[in-house]
Amino acid sequence: MATPILKVSGLKKYFLSSGGFTGRNKQVIKAVDGVDFEIYPGETVGLVGESGCGKTTVGRTILKLYDPTEGSIFFEGQDIAHASKVEIFSIRSKMQMIFQDPYASLNPRHTVGEIIGAPFQIHTKLSKDEIKNEVQSLLTKVGLNPEHINRFPHEFSGGQRQRIGIARALALRPKLIVADEPVSALDVSIQAQVVNLLDDLQDEYGLAYLFVAHDLSVVQHISDRVIVMYLGKVMEIAKTESLFKEPRHPYTKALLSAVPIPDPKLERSRERITLVGDLPTPANPPSGCVFNTRCWKAKDICRTTAPELLTVGSSTVACHFPE
Amino acid sequence: MSSFLEVKNLSVAFPTEDGIVQATNEVTFSVDLGQTLAIVGESGSGKSVSNLAIMGLHNPKSTRISGQAIFNLESGPIDVLTAPTETVRKMRGSTMSMIFQDPMSSLHPFFTIGNQIAESWLLHNEGGKKEARARAIEMLDLVGIPSADRRVDDYPHQFSGGMRQRAMIAMALVNNPKLLIADEPTTALDVTIQAQIIELIKQVQKEFNMAVILITHDLGVVAEVADHINVMYAGRLVETGPVDDVFYNSDHPYTRGLLNSIPRVDSFHGGRLSTIPGQPPSLIHLPNGCSFQPRCSYAKHVFGNKCEISMPELSQKAANHLARCHLSEAEIISATKAGA
Repeated sequence: MATPILKVSGLKKYFLSSGGFTGRNKQVIKAVDGVDFEIYPGETVGLVGESGCGKTTVGRTILKLYDPTEGSIFFEGQDIAHASKVEIFSIRSKMQMIFQDPYASLNPRHTVGEIIGAPFQIHTKLSKDEIKNEVQSLLTKVGLNPEHINRFPHEFSGGQRQRIGIARALALRPKLIVADEPVSALDVSIQAQVVNLLDDLQDEYGLAYLFVAHDLSVVQHISDRVIVMYLGKVMEIAKTESLFKEPRHPYTKALLSAVPIPDPKLERSRERITLVGDLPTPANPPSGCVFNTRCWKAKDICRTTAPELLTVGSSTVACHFPE
Repeated sequence: MSSFLEVKNLSVAFPTEDGIVQATNEVTFSVDLGQTLAIVGESGSGKSVSNLAIMGLHNPKSTRISGQAIFNLESGPIDVLTAPTETVRKMRGSTMSMIFQDPMSSLHPFFTIGNQIAESWLLHNEGGKKEARARAIEMLDLVGIPSADRRVDDYPHQFSGGMRQRAMIAMALVNNPKLLIADEPTTALDVTIQAQIIELIKQVQKEFNMAVILITHDLGVVAEVADHINVMYAGRLVETGPVDDVFYNSDHPYTRGLLNSIPRVDSFHGGRLSTIPGQPPSLIHLPNGCSFQPRCSYAKHVFGNKCEISMPELSQKAANHLARCHLSEAEIISATKAGA
């Protein structure tokens, strides 16, 4: 493959908790703790994991909505982890974001024309009429009626609003879109429509997606490769097909086995791996392998030594005892 | 023999400034003890509204409710829609109980978990605080909270999402109800925690021989736990039947569309997802004829625009399997071949 459009190495993002009412119990929350991966042009990379595993933080740090604590983010060969605000400004038009909640991510007082036109006003010198034309062609592209340019977000349904969010992200022809749970707030019959739209747009514009989601079936459908995260660390990276067919990491295996399949006969005969307990807190992660407290294969070495990401078969896995 | 809960022609409407919202329309179904009924549908299809009516939780001043929701108890049948408020209040918690989607907003942040469970027990039982507390610990233990005798004094914010949902279940079950209504109980949870909670619901259902109504949009969860499915669309029941019949021989184009539009983790095919075009109708201005007709790819195959003219009745397709569609099975098959 060509050179990656995005290369992330050793990415860390720590947050400092407020320390409660007295401010004395400040804790370091290791939301993302050493993550490496790359995304190639035109590729969709799925990023999955339970809530609190740091997947959203990864997406936001890549876009520099957060400043990384450590590590580097190369976008088209340029390290943006330590870039200045001015340098970031020009890069922003090439990487955009689609948010989860189509109700919260659109300004209710702005018309659709203003919302989708904003990127043009900020980044281009187009005239008002030219912007209007662009906005209307974008609306058509995402399957909305271009005559609705003067409507407000509340006049649209959830699925339509997500289309508006997609049009806004597309406006400046970005090369990479970080989509954070873009369909999880939508009804089932609408989810499929939006997933297909994202697929079509990728074919047309050669977009790369980082698709952050917890719904593994959607991730499997849309992704070329999948990254599995747990407590701020990468557990496994693999091509979608091999990850779902032959999960190497026990956590991936458990995660897949927990997803119910819409097939009653299959469900009745299925052996399920039920993980015990909850996700440990990222303020005080377990020593050694972070998954050892919930892993049925854990031995002494797992409690003392953190496994490195190594290639096993067609996957890259961080586990002492991969499947 | 009659079922434990029989809902007959239940309609719920909310008058609003823009017109009357007919949230559920003539819904009829029943549930037996030990049985799990799943109610599936999109947001606004009326699945939650009909169950709030069964719990007697609608405000009579702002809601128009008609029909019957009869609980066949040992002491005789009671229709919660016409019974006195005091009777329904006594039944709530002890006969029927409900758990909600978001365990954080359904627990009171100022009271300990134990307090909230004990309160529910004290409402329905003669006994002191000590007994109530012991009962709360017993329930927390039952739903799998580790070191329940210590955690009983925790506040909701000290519990994780999965533990809060467990605590909700403990609270719902403290008075041994006969019917548990679970409204999207796992939607806010991660898949690994979802698997734990579903397992727990199955286990307590067996233990107490309860009837369970599970409201969800996740057909995977339905396949896992349900005996019987009701599919709702725009306030009406469009298909109802035993879980296998509905999954493998669905008779309504909407059910088929739903089943076809979800990707599955166990089969990888890439390509495009099949979709249901358009979006659910407004409940104030329902389309003429069948509510699903504007989105239905089969409608044009039906003779004489029947779908646009009249609302189909729920008609029998197989034993216990009903669907609200003008099309016959043979017509659906030939239309599919014709490339609908």
